[in-house]
Amino acid sequence: MGQPKFADVAVGDQPIRLETDPISRTTLALYGGASGDHNPMHIDIDYAKAAGESDVFAHGMLAMAYLGRAVTSWVPQSALRSFNTRFTAITRVGEKIVVVGKVAEKMEAGSEKLVRLDLAATNEKGESKAAGEAVVALS
Amino acid sequence: MIDKKHIGRTTPPQTVDVEKGRLKFFAKAIGETDPVYTDEAVAAAAGYKSLPAPPTFAFCLEMETNSLWDNIAAMGVPVGKILHGSQSFKYHAPICAGDRVTFQTTISKIYDKKGGALEFIHEDTTAKNQEGVLVAELERVIVVRN
Repeated sequence: MGQPKFADVAVGDQPIRLETDPISRTTLALYGGASGDHNPMHIDIDYAKAAGESDVFAHGMLAMAYLGRAVTSWVPQSALRSFNTRFTAITRVGEKIVVVGKVAEKMEAGSEKLVRLDLAATNEKGESKAAGEAVVALS
Repeated sequence: MIDKKHIGRTTPPQTVDVEKGRLKFFAKAIGETDPVYTDEAVAAAAGYKSLPAPPTFAFCLEMETNSLWDNIAAMGVPVGKILHGSQSFKYHAPICAGDRVTFQTTISKIYDKKGGALEFIHEDTTAKNQEGVLVAELERVIVVRN
């Protein structure tokens, strides 16, 4: 796959789509260990219940990691200038994350040609889980 | 309600090693299969000195400094009440395996909404590598559900 060119990208394009497997307790255990976020809310159902939750739930940053994967599947990470995400709802065990990225704006800053992507993460029913933006530099 | 006196609270600089095995484990945990993140030859061909850290990994490294838990404890916020509201990154240079990254985190804002039912804590972090180069800037917003 060649890298996308600035001239070939148009506002409204939807070059990014990624769908994960359902999030399992194993996913959360591995993510907790690998990420270094050992908050028991994500890995210990006893703790989660004692805190008033029905079950453990996913780390917000796991959803953001999926957004990041989706972006770097389109452009190399060296093109990434900024990346932000708002976590809009808790992701539960058993839900999938579906990421869609659209070209929201083309702009130039200094010597760089930049594209702003609108990113949305939903579950398999289309319910919002996270929303964000990434700015990437294209040649 | 969180005392606003904590605005400006800054953690001492703390340095974290970027470990190759940890990066491979992280790639597995997030389902990342691009070999640039796990195969050193592919990473070298892409111009990296070693395996690169994926876009969100700077947050993970910063978590190693314990600044979040340290700030939460200092403000008297129970861990079970917090949610991650949002996260931002600005990227200035790659972070790769073998780097030593120094983080410093400052509480920049504390405010509430819905009559105090929700409180928001903004934390700004700088990440500099072993050469003193600013590699990334992070902003974390923590929501406290009262």
